[in-house]
Amino acid sequence: MEKPTQKQGQQDKAGTGIVVPQRRMFLRYAGATALATTLLLTTSCDDDDDETMPTDPETVDLGSGDTGILNYAYALEQLEAAFYAEVVAKSLGMFSQTEQQIMQDLKGHEGIHRDFLKAALGNAAIPDLEVDFSTINFNDKNNILATARTFEDLGVAAYNGAGQYLENAGFLTLAGKIVSVEARHAAVIRDLISNGTFSDTADNMGLDPAMMPADVLQAAAPFIKNKISANNLPK
Amino acid sequence: MNIFKIIEEIEKFDPEVYGRLDSRRSAFKNLGSLGKKTALAAMPLALGSVFQKAYGQGNSMVLEILNFALKLEYLERNFYTQGLAASGLITDSAARGAFEKIQMHEAAHVDLLITTIQSLNGTPISEPTFNFGKNFADWNTNYQTFLTLAQAFEDTGVRAYKGQAANLINNDTVLTVALQIHSVEARHAAHVRRMRSNKGWIEGAGDNSDVPAGAQPVYAGENNVMQGSINDVKTVGEGYSAAIATGAFDEPLTKEQVAQIVSLFE
Repeated sequence: MEKPTQKQGQQDKAGTGIVVPQRRMFLRYAGATALATTLLLTTSCDDDDDETMPTDPETVDLGSGDTGILNYAYALEQLEAAFYAEVVAKSLGMFSQTEQQIMQDLKGHEGIHRDFLKAALGNAAIPDLEVDFSTINFNDKNNILATARTFEDLGVAAYNGAGQYLENAGFLTLAGKIVSVEARHAAVIRDLISNGTFSDTADNMGLDPAMMPADVLQAAAPFIKNKISANNLPK
Repeated sequence: MNIFKIIEEIEKFDPEVYGRLDSRRSAFKNLGSLGKKTALAAMPLALGSVFQKAYGQGNSMVLEILNFALKLEYLERNFYTQGLAASGLITDSAARGAFEKIQMHEAAHVDLLITTIQSLNGTPISEPTFNFGKNFADWNTNYQTFLTLAQAFEDTGVRAYKGQAANLINNDTVLTVALQIHSVEARHAAHVRRMRSNKGWIEGAGDNSDVPAGAQPVYAGENNVMQGSINDVKTVGEGYSAAIATGAFDEPLTKEQVAQIVSLFE
């Protein structure tokens, strides 16, 4: 897997946090509290007069606005895609024929989600993440299914929680097209673990969880080597 | 009048004003497209409409969508309630357990939507009379027909909520609730599909969904491969099959398409 490269950062030399009017607007819009000295611009940053910040090389900043939310989804899809690629490469023999087809489909679906988001984000896409699957036993079917359930339920809750932050209606619909497929995955994996538990995530109002990015990233952190910063995401 | 001064003032008690107005970008664009003189003259009026939209006196579309969703949830609740009560229809205990769970969720959705509509000072529609036997005469005596309709209703529900998400973009609370219902419908759909030995996801325009011709509108357009700015999503990365490309993205239905499907049961 490719080593993550540091996004270009900009330093506010005067230390005021206000460099250009656009940035002031941007900061306010992003709701950034600390008038950042390490503000990472992931979009339309083409003036390279500023110094590149020598910050922690492993930190990946998701960015702000809709781009940030799409990068957040892209990060989660990278994780899922890498996981099922590993399952198909290492563990397929443990599964029944029907289950093998499911794992192949999940690998394909998460792979195309990842590649689609990368293509849609273009230059604004975060780098390839380095995953850490050292805690997963790929020789243990139960462990694989439990991990799959964690990832799928987390993905559903993540999209459900992030939809409200998207400002572009087209992106919102796209997120909707993906999240229901994640929910289908989650239901199928849950049924493989224990038939009939497909929707046991729902509360007594019949609602699936909706999680905030910080909580989702914390849950995903043990499986991703890079530190991911959601500081500039819409709040 | 200094519009930016006004917005700064508003920001003091609503820090999210920029976000609210930003989602109204098109309204600003409209402002800008007027001639300068006209723009100045029209400013107070146009501004009023921007704020009205941003701060949601305009709940009528949201209410219309909530009532649209309520009708679907009534249909589902009614269908499962009657199905579970039909003697000898659902005999397998695992199947009964699944449908009881699904029925409970649909009933909860009905209650939640009614409460939400009322909280927005709207009037929930009353439950329509459904006629499940109109086009599927053996719906409550033939378990396979019942299962087929259950699948069709769940997949329709997923597509219907998805089709309205963008119309809820300015009401974060309602949007999030709709998304939380939407994913539960998708979980139901996947389970029911697998009860019929179908895959949990939709490939092509219902190619793997095993429904009779009359129910095909449920899967119309599911073979779409154009996603966002990507003309053919099969071509991203190292390339994907049509089955993967269509299975990985569920497609929305318009209100009109949903109404057409529902009319088969009215």
